[in-house]
Amino acid sequence: MVAVVNKSTFSKVFWPVLAWTVAIVFFFPIFWMVLTSFKTDADAVKPEHLIVFTPTLENYLNMIENYDFWRFAKNSVITSLFATTFTLFVGVPAAYAMAFNPSRHTKDILIWMLSTKMLPAAAVLYPMTFLTKNILGLFDTHFLIIIVLSLINLPIVIWMLFTYFKEIPKEIIEAGKMDGVSIWGEIKDIVLPLAWGGLASTALLCFIFCWNEAYWTVRLTTIDAATLSKLIEGNRAPEGLFFGRLSAVSTAAVGPIVVLGWFCQKQLVQGLTFGAVK
Amino acid sequence: MAGLILRNVAKSYEATKVIESIDLEIKDGEFVVFVGPSGCGKSTLLRMIAGLEEISSGTITIGDQIVNEVAPAKRGVSMVFQTYALYPHMTVYKNMAFGLKQAKTPKDEIDQRVRNAAEILEISSLLDRTPKALSGGQRQRVAIGRAIVREPEVFLFDEPLSNLDAALRVQTRIEIARLHERLGTTMIYVTHDQVEAMTLADKIVVLRDGNIEQIGSPIELYRNPSNMFVAQFIGSPKMNFFDSDDLTDAGRALINSRADILGIRPEHFIVVPTGSGVIQGKPNLVEPLGEYALVHCETVRGSPFIVKTTDPENIKKGSVMSFDVDPAVTHRFDQLSQGRIV
Repeated sequence: MVAVVNKSTFSKVFWPVLAWTVAIVFFFPIFWMVLTSFKTDADAVKPEHLIVFTPTLENYLNMIENYDFWRFAKNSVITSLFATTFTLFVGVPAAYAMAFNPSRHTKDILIWMLSTKMLPAAAVLYPMTFLTKNILGLFDTHFLIIIVLSLINLPIVIWMLFTYFKEIPKEIIEAGKMDGVSIWGEIKDIVLPLAWGGLASTALLCFIFCWNEAYWTVRLTTIDAATLSKLIEGNRAPEGLFFGRLSAVSTAAVGPIVVLGWFCQKQLVQGLTFGAVK
Repeated sequence: MAGLILRNVAKSYEATKVIESIDLEIKDGEFVVFVGPSGCGKSTLLRMIAGLEEISSGTITIGDQIVNEVAPAKRGVSMVFQTYALYPHMTVYKNMAFGLKQAKTPKDEIDQRVRNAAEILEISSLLDRTPKALSGGQRQRVAIGRAIVREPEVFLFDEPLSNLDAALRVQTRIEIARLHERLGTTMIYVTHDQVEAMTLADKIVVLRDGNIEQIGSPIELYRNPSNMFVAQFIGSPKMNFFDSDDLTDAGRALINSRADILGIRPEHFIVVPTGSGVIQGKPNLVEPLGEYALVHCETVRGSPFIVKTTDPENIKKGSVMSFDVDPAVTHRFDQLSQGRIV
């Protein structure tokens, strides 16, 4: 009896402590970043001002006035939004076909799609730059970024959608066939409403991935299509790091995603555990 | 309304033959039950008629149209699935109206047909609910309702009762029989349960390993099974088989070298004084079921058999008893071919 009480006391204390520790470890850099964004560049590097300092909006005002923040933000929104839309537009029919009309090669195709994620991005940096800059003339255009972001995320999106579609009982699809529904009707009226949670979390995740993508957006843009990742990158000045400014830009860049994630939390968790709990 | 003709219908998945070559005629308005053990191809055959499964060869004719290449919804058939397969995100009304909407039926007519079907099935009060808020029996009615509103030529039922509990199964079975009476539409019903087959069918098709074993009315199959498989599949408890080593001299007189297996249904045994009768056996277990009892016995040689009796007090467990049978209700089979010898 005593042992049982001890055990439950232990787990009552241990798990929350562990959870809080993990949460704090993860949260601290973000907290620090937000805090630093309200410090001057001089204060930002002084340990004595770690917690106690005179807050200032200087970095944010500077960011908006001198760095053309809204243009970068607008580019981020445009590229992420269009890339997500385009990815779903291609991904939904692809996943539908593989989930409901599988062939002998469906598994191979899925593995092949995933294998494209195994290619180190750096390996194709030169050909990509050369191709887009010198041959296609697409360098630093929204179109290029949207296509690149879409292609990067397409495998993951198809995999996720495939998994969600697989959860839909085959009989319901067959009932639709008996009712005479067309292929598009089947997707629109049966598959998508039933996989709504999964679709929403896939879209959200895809949007987050697009928004956060830095490798290609930094390297394939200069001004016109540059996203917030590029703005953050641009604040690494050669004369040293301006931590205050950098933090302000970073905070402004992650802010919308955190807010979006917060509001869609339930949807996201539901979608991600869709197959697991049911 | 329409009849159905299957000619040399076969189905194979790569090298595996699921349906061998089936010829079957179903008359307009008939209630036909496909019955057989699991894996016999009965559901596949139904799905081929529905158009959900392609056929490898042969022709399926519904009414006077060959439907091999016709889409499921254009065949004039409706199907009720084992798992109901209702659209979970739609209300009962929308579930039932969905097929008509696809066919671009005028709104007034959809409304009228849905309400009419709901009335027949007594689910009018459930029209605004989603399937999640319904019990299993109610879901089954909605699934049937969805089939009815399309006013098909042929109804297809794929084991529609197997997800219901025992009491509801009996009730729904009766309702399906009533529905057939009321609509008079051709119905094809798949089940592995021979009681459902016996009670519902005008005509039973017994299937095994993708072949038809026998086609006939329930009573025909019960009285004149064409082989040992059908003999054991139809009737509950199943028919007992004996060879000459199990039988007494009187019993042996009923068989010969060709017809070397004697089949006796459990309900046809008569308890007689020890020493007479066609067979002797030692009862080792009595299952009383009130109206009658099932007595599990062993022949002198140790082969098990079952006797159904309304008089369990006469059974002496552990001691040898004799049983007789009216020769007119016995069945003779050839062990080699498994066929019935008349």
